[in-house]
Amino acid sequence: MTSLSAKDKDAVRAFWAKVPGKEELIGADALSRMLAVYPQTKTYFSHWKDLSPGSPQVRKHGKTIVCGVGEAVGKIDNLTAGLLNLSELHAFTLRVDPANFKILSHNLLVVLAVIFPEEFTPEAHVALDKFLASLAGALSEKYR
Amino acid sequence: MVEWTEQERSIITGIFANLSYEEIGPKALVRCLIVYPWTQRYFSSFGNLYNAEAIRGNPNVAAHGIKVLHGLDRAVKNMDNIKATYAELSVLHSEKLHVDPDNFRVSSAGLQQMHSAHLKADRLVSRRLTFPLFLHQLLADCLTIEIAAKLGTAFTADTQAAFQKFLAVVVSALGRQYH
Repeated sequence: MTSLSAKDKDAVRAFWAKVPGKEELIGADALSRMLAVYPQTKTYFSHWKDLSPGSPQVRKHGKTIVCGVGEAVGKIDNLTAGLLNLSELHAFTLRVDPANFKILSHNLLVVLAVIFPEEFTPEAHVALDKFLASLAGALSEKYR
Repeated sequence: MVEWTEQERSIITGIFANLSYEEIGPKALVRCLIVYPWTQRYFSSFGNLYNAEAIRGNPNVAAHGIKVLHGLDRAVKNMDNIKATYAELSVLHSEKLHVDPDNFRVSSAGLQQMHSAHLKADRLVSRRLTFPLFLHQLLADCLTIEIAAKLGTAFTADTQAAFQKFLAVVVSALGRQYH
């Protein structure tokens, strides 16, 4: 994937400034959609009792994910270095197939469109899409 | 054979029944051309696509976006036989399609024939073969985003699942016609 231009980074930061306070709302929705629309992803959550949209586990984990993305926004100038520990976690402990990063990213973008229909312009969309792809790349760093 | 539940059928027909083709069609195609700029490759006859402003104001893009939704409409009305619907489209499609991109002309061909003709008319057929398949998926994703923005929270996870399943069947059916 291409690297992020200064314009991309500005666009990502500007858009993400609207997120604080909505991390659980966004995260829970994105995770629920992923589990519903791509049921094969449920395999990673077989240890959860309740995979339904409002469940406490889904809400908590959704918030964790979106907070993680927010942290990555702060490290946007060097995602690989900044996400080293998370990469190790995903690679060695969670062993999430990196193909799923794309799936979650798609659902995150859908949720952003639902919650911020005016602001999620094609210009914001392309910057965020590139950012999430770079993020996924950084998370995949330690896999092999 | 694709199986549809009653709920899925009603979700999909509901989305299209309440959709403004004139509003959403152009927005979806504009988004696709901006977010995935390499897709502009297939619209070189459309005129000015040099920047987001130009793309948004381009009447050919808008017209084509509307056309795409009308094309999907056919599948909505024939959900039990989407594969055959797109194979038949060349017969049932009454509009004359005069596309004159770069160095070849396609006339009066159905949608399916037009899509595969784009491939045959190029020296680099084998490399290009995969592009339009991705194009359909990319456009489908942009349409999903536009519908999500329009419907807001009414675009529930179940709604999204049904809609994406529908688009996946359409994309697969369109892809079948390439050879």
